[in-house]
Amino acid sequence: MTAIVAAPPVPVDSISDAGVLPRRRCAAWLGLVPFSAYVVLFLAIPAVLAVASGFFDSTGDFTLANFAAYTNPTILGNFFSSLWLSALTAVVGAILGALICYAMLGTRAETGLRRTVDSASSVLAQFGGVMLAFAFIATIGTQGVLTKWLVSIGFTTNIFNNFNNNGPLLYQIPGLVIPYLYFQVPLMVLTFMPAVEGLKSTWAEANATLGGTRFTYWTRIGAPILAPAFFGSLILLFANSFSSYATAAALISQGGIIPLAIRQQLTSETIVGVANVAGVLALGMVVVMIVLMSAYSVLQRRASRWRR
Amino acid sequence: MSRPQETTRYRAEPGRMARWVILGVAGVLFVVPILSMLEFSLRSGQSGAHGLEHYSAIFGGSAGTYAVLFQGILNSLVICLITVLIVLLLLLPTMILVEIAFPRLRGVLEFICIIPITIPSIVLVVGFIPVYSVVARIFGSNPWTLAFAVGIIVLPYAFRPIAANLAGVEVVTLSEAGRSLGASWAQVLWRVILPNLRTGIVSACFITVAVVLGEYTIASFLSQNTFQTALVLVQHTDPYVAVIFAVFALALAFVLLLVIGRLGSLGRNRRSR
Repeated sequence: MTAIVAAPPVPVDSISDAGVLPRRRCAAWLGLVPFSAYVVLFLAIPAVLAVASGFFDSTGDFTLANFAAYTNPTILGNFFSSLWLSALTAVVGAILGALICYAMLGTRAETGLRRTVDSASSVLAQFGGVMLAFAFIATIGTQGVLTKWLVSIGFTTNIFNNFNNNGPLLYQIPGLVIPYLYFQVPLMVLTFMPAVEGLKSTWAEANATLGGTRFTYWTRIGAPILAPAFFGSLILLFANSFSSYATAAALISQGGIIPLAIRQQLTSETIVGVANVAGVLALGMVVVMIVLMSAYSVLQRRASRWRR
Repeated sequence: MSRPQETTRYRAEPGRMARWVILGVAGVLFVVPILSMLEFSLRSGQSGAHGLEHYSAIFGGSAGTYAVLFQGILNSLVICLITVLIVLLLLLPTMILVEIAFPRLRGVLEFICIIPITIPSIVLVVGFIPVYSVVARIFGSNPWTLAFAVGIIVLPYAFRPIAANLAGVEVVTLSEAGRSLGASWAQVLWRVILPNLRTGIVSACFITVAVVLGEYTIASFLSQNTFQTALVLVQHTDPYVAVIFAVFALALAFVLLLVIGRLGSLGRNRRSR
């Protein structure tokens, strides 16, 4: 009697997974545990800790006082520098990258040219950081090849060895534009090329049939279709330079942009545990990134409409 | 030869001339810093003469000076190995499992794997510092423990090639076929699924290696000696050697990428045949 009463509600569900399946499903769920545990321990917890640390003071009490950092003119200046540096390198990088994609249009994927450009851009897009800083020290540093060449042809104080009367350009925030472009342009080529490749030759033919020129093709067909992908890549480029740290760290010992300001906070007051102002700055970066990435995903959805 | 010239006014592509001017200028601009690095590494002092002495200094004689650099490279290689294992033993099985058993979780997994791109490493570092005070208590403060953190940074890069490969292979159909022919799950995995994912797995591993060798932010904040942090240290005392190793690393990255390219095209050829 009890068996009959107790049984009905349960089997309805499990009958569909008849036989051995329930046990196997359980095993399959268990299979997800290791990766989930790893992600929780080393992604979720650090991310939450980073952001949450801004809400506590050094004794562990909840506080909003750390947000006073955002009234500090130096911090605000750093945020401003980060934003314009990222915007400038994103826009210039996107335009130059798009030009290179345009130049590649109509080349076949199997040719040596395409393969060279593809692998060169993958390497160079990853070539941020310390080694990139070295490359530009060797090029436009005080003893750099270009700097010395400019001196040798008569420009004894050129833009590279004295910018704004503040010494070498490379060791100032505006000087970061040059090395940043060195990874922004290849990243643009990588992310924008698939969209350019998606342009169908039939559209160009249709345009030609209707009497259009190359100019009308680009203004009426090419540009509108590529626009969402272009702005999507632009946002990605902005995010990329906004979050990059190592290049700037290898070149500039002071603050100046937000990642460097976080370094100053972390290294100057590393009492055991977390430097709390760094947490507030990290939160600021995350907010900027969330806004950017939401914009990016909206644009991606629009861009993929033309992919099929 | 004259026909393409006539129709070129109507085509989308740039003219021959425009194409080579753009690519030529871009090529020169991107090669100059690399050549400058090479030139810099060949300089002998301030005199302007060139020679191979900085290169010979690394391999001959005063190896003690560069001990920190070689130790850093060794540490980075160990971290590479463990990070690749994280990709192969944690990420890859999870991706296959999700594809076969939980297709509805595919979006969730992708979202998780993309997150590290949207959180700057410098922000993660703020959170890694307290986490690693616990890690250090359990495992000790060894360089290899960095692999846990680097594995997270690597997720987006490792995820994409494997996911692209998975999308092109009918994993469910293949595994059902294998199962109905009497293979065990282990056999299906080892002899059907993994061989089909070879290209994706190999590229994921290579990209992982490249990212690990280039990682600086986390290592420097957690005060571990890796290739990149050692480069910065050595650069203060001997900039030439730092640049030489940077050139080596760049060349290695190019070789890795060429290998990936070849493997990718091998896969493509096999499928079309």
